[in-house]
Amino acid sequence: MRLSRRTFLTGASATVAGLAAGPWAGTGHAQGGPLKIGLVLPYSGVYQVLGESITQGMELVFAREGNKIAGREVQLIKEDDEMQPPVGLRKTDKLIESDKVDILTGPVHSGILMGMRDKVHNSKTILIVSNAGADAISRARCSKWIFRASFSNWQPCQPMGGWVAKNVAKDVFLTAPNYQAGKDMMNAFKETYVPAGGKIIGEEYPKLGETDYAPLLTKIRQSGAKAVFAFFSGTDAVNFVKQYDQFGLKGQVKLTGAGFLTEPDVLPAQGKAALGTITGHFYTPQLDNPVNKKFVADFKAKFAGKTPDGFACQGYDTAEVIVRAVKAMNGNTQDKDRLVAAIAKVEFDSPRGRFRFDPKTHNIIQPFIYVREVKEVAGGLDNVPIDKIANVADPGTGCTLPA
Amino acid sequence: MLLSDLLAQALNGLSYGVLLFLLSVGLTLIFGMLDVVNLAHGSFYMLGAYAGLATIAVTGNFWLALLAAPLAVGLVGALMERTVLRPLYRRPPLDQVLLTFGFIYVFEDVVKWIWGGSIRSIPPPDIFARSVNLFGGAFPSYRLFVIVFGLVVAVLLWLLIERTRLGAVIRAGVYDAEMTSGMGINIHRVFTGVFAFGAALGGLSGVIAGPIQSAQPPMGATILVPALIVVVVGGLGSLKGSLVGSLLIGQAEVWGKVWLPGVSMAMIYLVMAAVVLLRPQGLFGRPLK
Repeated sequence: MRLSRRTFLTGASATVAGLAAGPWAGTGHAQGGPLKIGLVLPYSGVYQVLGESITQGMELVFAREGNKIAGREVQLIKEDDEMQPPVGLRKTDKLIESDKVDILTGPVHSGILMGMRDKVHNSKTILIVSNAGADAISRARCSKWIFRASFSNWQPCQPMGGWVAKNVAKDVFLTAPNYQAGKDMMNAFKETYVPAGGKIIGEEYPKLGETDYAPLLTKIRQSGAKAVFAFFSGTDAVNFVKQYDQFGLKGQVKLTGAGFLTEPDVLPAQGKAALGTITGHFYTPQLDNPVNKKFVADFKAKFAGKTPDGFACQGYDTAEVIVRAVKAMNGNTQDKDRLVAAIAKVEFDSPRGRFRFDPKTHNIIQPFIYVREVKEVAGGLDNVPIDKIANVADPGTGCTLPA
Repeated sequence: MLLSDLLAQALNGLSYGVLLFLLSVGLTLIFGMLDVVNLAHGSFYMLGAYAGLATIAVTGNFWLALLAAPLAVGLVGALMERTVLRPLYRRPPLDQVLLTFGFIYVFEDVVKWIWGGSIRSIPPPDIFARSVNLFGGAFPSYRLFVIVFGLVVAVLLWLLIERTRLGAVIRAGVYDAEMTSGMGINIHRVFTGVFAFGAALGGLSGVIAGPIQSAQPPMGATILVPALIVVVVGGLGSLKGSLVGSLLIGQAEVWGKVWLPGVSMAMIYLVMAAVVLLRPQGLFGRPLK
């Protein structure tokens, strides 16, 4: 951890140096000038580990390219959004107006994404979303200028409904934090769970940042549900999974959920309490394909033995999209309409499978949603794939992008 | 709902309330004795968790962590009182609030610098790793231990303050510092000791909460809100208020979650609002001047 933090700090100070040079470096987008990429991500607070992973995934790709794309130096301008919409929006303004970035990426927080949407749309700034899953960005609020290389909240959960009904239980209790992403995910699960004959026994939305799940866990036990489908992340995921085990539910009520529940940022703190948890996600470092094997090995080598998580994969894919599109344009980022077309056409083998955007929504078509189970593997616990569902595209209801 | 279901939830409320008591008692003690609102109290809680993690990493022993962490955090508290807080006693309270608020960030960055920002957790000690059957379902035995432990701490603190010579000196110092030092008592040392003791209690709660919750540097700031609510409800500076307030908030929180899950957060604030309206000094606070 120490080493990787040092690497991170070095990167951050390089950014500061870059920022200091900003005003004098000439703001024109002259070809051959640096390719400015603005990152709006959490670099402090509870979700800083996510921002860090995404950034590292990007840095891995740019380092491979020698930090140059089509002859242009890659310049990352990192801004800490503190997971607060007002801060994120202020940083977005700064990146668009004073840094005049060529491409914008981020954020983690869906609320920040929804706030950024009109700013980037109206200023015709290209945004490649590297985490936030708000469904609306692929639906009624989609934009020609916005691509998403991560996921929509709907994607990891919708296929899980049918899978859980078929393979786990027909009586499920749903729970997620009380905010948009939580509701999005539970609704996506219901879309396939109920038609497959599943029954929702109970549904509850504790506050984000809850520390004591005892009352909820007691309710789940009393409800007689045979399984739980949950979405939590960060400390919420650690507290929920630990307490789930402590209250004796683990052996009796099967715990399933969205992949974030047992991602590598929380799994070590959860420890054996997480064993046997089944989640749906588009990535796990355990995937058996050559691109992923190289990704995992390179990532570990560059970041002091850290295993990449889904967030790192999102960063990797975001950077890969940028590299390929800018190369296809021979470094020209001025012709924005053509750049958008070039991004839409990008296709490559990602650690998660064949990467491509849905032309209808500019959202990634997940090559697979992997059903994963937490098992003991060499080196600790990990999410081992046990099944997969191919080509999961967001329905994009209400999105009217020109195809 | 069956009676056993109700009892199971009441027990959840009790365990949460006792945890809140351990979290907030150091805060209320420091306020009661020194008239300082120590916003960095949550940081002592965080430092305790990390000192506990470090002790367990070296020795593998939870009980040693429960002993070592409060000592280490108490030392940090003593240093903080001697060096930066003491010069501010004669200044307006807002200066102390700003100072201790600033320390939240200092401590958070120090911990991040040493241990990194990732999420960690303390495993429960082996003898309390299992759960017991109570009211028709499993209940973690560690939480039963926390309930007993917290109540014992409450009794010991009461005995210390009300029934010992040291307690009498502290109470005298609060009542009239000048007169107490005139009687030949080194009042500065008493204040340092009280602050260090309050900090140590914060550190203790960090270790105790470790097996139930997780540890991450920002936890010091997030835990402050419930701790302050307890202090406001119970009465600033009252030990009895801190205990009753914690148990009340614990029950309000749990029953809010049981009956009105969507607005359970509001329940606590409703209780606080009601107390502040009817008894501005809190349930057991000294009447406002």
